[in-house]
Amino acid sequence: MNATNWGLERVSVDFGNAHALQDVSVTLNPGTVVGVAGGDGSGKTTLLRTLLGLLTPSSGGVDRPGGDDVGYLPAGSGVYPDLTVMENLKFAAGAYGVRGDEYRVARDELLERTGLDKAHDRLGGNLSGGMRQKLGLAMALVHHPRLLVLDEPSTGVDPVSRSELWRLVSEAARDGASVVMTTTYLDEAGRCDAVCVLDEGAVLLQGPPNDLVAGIGGSVGETTSRPNTRYAWRRGASWRVWSPDGFDSSSVRPAAPDLQDAVIVAALRRRVAA
Amino acid sequence: MWALVLKEFRQVRRDHRTLAMMIVMPLLLLVVFGYAASFDVTEIPTVVVGPRASAATDELPELFQVTESQQSWNRTDAVDYLRNGDATVAVVTSGEEPQVLIDGTELFSARSAITALSQNPSAPEPEILFNKDLDTSAIMVPAIAGMILIFVGTMITSLGVVRERQSGTLEQLAVMPFRPRDVFVGKVAPYFVVAAIDLVVIVGVGAWLFDVPFNGSPWLLGLGALLFLFVTLGLGVLISSVSENQGQAIQLALMSLLPQVLLSGMIFPISSMAASIRWISYLLPLTYFTEISRGVMVRGEGISGLWFPLTMLAVLGLVIFSFAIVRFRHDLTPAKVKRSRQPSAVSVERGAGSAGPQEEAGAR
Repeated sequence: MNATNWGLERVSVDFGNAHALQDVSVTLNPGTVVGVAGGDGSGKTTLLRTLLGLLTPSSGGVDRPGGDDVGYLPAGSGVYPDLTVMENLKFAAGAYGVRGDEYRVARDELLERTGLDKAHDRLGGNLSGGMRQKLGLAMALVHHPRLLVLDEPSTGVDPVSRSELWRLVSEAARDGASVVMTTTYLDEAGRCDAVCVLDEGAVLLQGPPNDLVAGIGGSVGETTSRPNTRYAWRRGASWRVWSPDGFDSSSVRPAAPDLQDAVIVAALRRRVAA
Repeated sequence: MWALVLKEFRQVRRDHRTLAMMIVMPLLLLVVFGYAASFDVTEIPTVVVGPRASAATDELPELFQVTESQQSWNRTDAVDYLRNGDATVAVVTSGEEPQVLIDGTELFSARSAITALSQNPSAPEPEILFNKDLDTSAIMVPAIAGMILIFVGTMITSLGVVRERQSGTLEQLAVMPFRPRDVFVGKVAPYFVVAAIDLVVIVGVGAWLFDVPFNGSPWLLGLGALLFLFVTLGLGVLISSVSENQGQAIQLALMSLLPQVLLSGMIFPISSMAASIRWISYLLPLTYFTEISRGVMVRGEGISGLWFPLTMLAVLGLVIFSFAIVRFRHDLTPAKVKRSRQPSAVSVERGAGSAGPQEEAGAR
């Protein structure tokens, strides 16, 4: 990795006998958003904590900027419930040494961009989930970090707020930040420049979403009744099915695969192979 | 309803601290109260001074335990001796008639001494010093000041730090460019200021409402309070570092407060406690702060008489504060991070070793 690319290089993290991360490498380039996806316990938060220096890897290397250049939105938003929006923002700015005119400019811009300007005197604890996450993101962005680390920023947030959060994340990346975010939503991961899908601490899939979908191999189909194969999964009211050789049955219609299909196929293939 | 009872039992069984509190605390209280809750005075430390000190010593009833006898001393020396808390009663044989001086800040011992002397018609009329009316509030207010400093220093501080952990913001602080000691001082300083204001208010209100005297140096009381606050604030942070939530922090803070109130000499005289538990009193910071606050406020004691409690508070503060800092640092920086020499440049960490136990519990 060079000096401007942060990330993890062949990192493993062990908790006793449990392997929380196994040989995981993630490169974070300036101006891009990397999504780390996976189910509960897949190792997403461990990856972020290792990147942030809160955990020491058992092996491998971590490159990250100094603390002044890192913005972090923890899973719980990091907003102090008994401080107002302005006070929360001022605290974060003070912590990163952003003061005076620089602070006022950053504050006004972030309040306007997050739509929190009308709620500036409201206590953090009285904000809705979406507003709280936006404030947490504003706190992480107030010092214009080079590395922005977001732990499930949109979990439990309504669709409108999710879209607004995404706009803020995209703007941060456009301004040159390296962004890494964990998510359990694969549709959200599909919007990232690159995705790292974790399963039981190991990388299941990694790369740009389109490449992952294109590299799925075989064929994905759709049917209304449960197919008699291990490579089938529910999708809405119907079933999706994957086959390495295409489908003979007329009851299975070809379907355009997406990232969710790619991840499920990879997981099923891994389990069958195991 | 049975399902609810069963659920409640299961929850209690898994909450080890509450379980321990429900089972151990009543036993502990019983034992402590049984041995400590005693107003009976079996011996009164006494100094006898003046040319007839030896003869006077022989005439004293058994209750008066003569700890010092000095023929060359006079009344002034005896008063200083009492002021320093080295004895409760002084017998001065310098004049024609012997004088008996009693330290009024030792309420129970003073009352016992007066009663014992009144039973002997030839005994001189005792003179009560420092707290002439044997006023309870003059003794209790300085001790209550210590109790309130524990309340703010230990309980409120521990809640403040636990709240930070519970809301997940402690981890955020760990990522921010703060040094652990910045976070520690930042968290503790406001409570320190509030506790200091509390102390001034208590002393002021005590003087205004209860006529509690202030005969000594405010700076000396300030020094004692400063050392005491180090202990209580350190204890607060220590409690927060082993508490997962605010309920646990309150439980632990109460468990640290209760023995201090009962065993520090604030209510029951330490000299009346059974020797088997008296040693606990000497491990409690409130014991020493009470000694200082009563000594300074009521007896006008100087630093020469208070060096021991001041030293003990300093030692306790050093030990507890060091533990608290180590635990707090561990909370903030569980990983060993190698930082580059240039603060704003890349920090590189190459793995060796394994993650700490805290991460085992819930990182994923």
